[in-house]
Amino acid sequence: MDSIPILRMGPVLLVSIQVDMHDRLALTLQEDLSDAITANGSKGVLIDISALGVVDSFMGRMLANIAGIARVLDAATVVVGMQPAVAITLVELGLSLEGVRTALNIEKGMALLQAAVAERDAVLHVMDDADGTD
Amino acid sequence: MLTARTEQIAVREQHDIVSVRQMVRSWSLAVGLGLVDLTKLVTAASEIARNTVVYGGGGTLQIEELRDGLRLGVRLVFEDQGPGIVDIDRAMTDGYSSGSGMGLGLGGTKRLVDEFDIASTPGVGTRVTITKWRSR
Repeated sequence: MDSIPILRMGPVLLVSIQVDMHDRLALTLQEDLSDAITANGSKGVLIDISALGVVDSFMGRMLANIAGIARVLDAATVVVGMQPAVAITLVELGLSLEGVRTALNIEKGMALLQAAVAERDAVLHVMDDADGTD
Repeated sequence: MLTARTEQIAVREQHDIVSVRQMVRSWSLAVGLGLVDLTKLVTAASEIARNTVVYGGGGTLQIEELRDGLRLGVRLVFEDQGPGIVDIDRAMTDGYSSGSGMGLGLGGTKRLVDEFDIASTPGVGTRVTITKWRSR
């Protein structure tokens, strides 16, 4: 059974989709990522789709699902590298990927995730301090 | 209008949806569709192919290269012998989906192409025809 590799980089999981996915592969990725977030306690997920020439409603829904699942598991998701033609097509199709944070490239996506992780850590730190002084 | 060439492939299982995308891409390139038009047609084909597999119980895609004077285009005819669609108007509505909730309805797909035709008879099957012309 084929699958899309998931790389771990500190608190962030990195996925680069390089193949034209059939539907089951997309669902497998969704499950594998959910498992990996929980197993590693990951705080962010970066999904690179720059190699995808087509994102149809099924794949779009899968990306939205991953972002939703990750959020529930306390991780932020950024989808990066969407080709302009894909963006035009998705919006015309009626899929605006609401709730999915995007960035133009991996570098910017990574910066977004690091900022999200840092902000979250700061909040938790304040809570810890408050606990300590009580 | 003239059909310059034509080919038919089976659309039976999930992997066939990927084959449909690849085939429509290569035919679109051959006709000279621009990148955005190509992406729209491949995406529309993917949506309908999935309907053919999931709701139609499998079927066929006939792909045609069209010549109308100087105009070039690609026409896709998806046919299945599935249960058919009882209420086509509803199926064309954005957000409508009869199955696992993964569909978007056909309205969005129609917006991606230049010509869209659907014929369905309950108990007999469904035929969806879409066409994209090369813009000049």
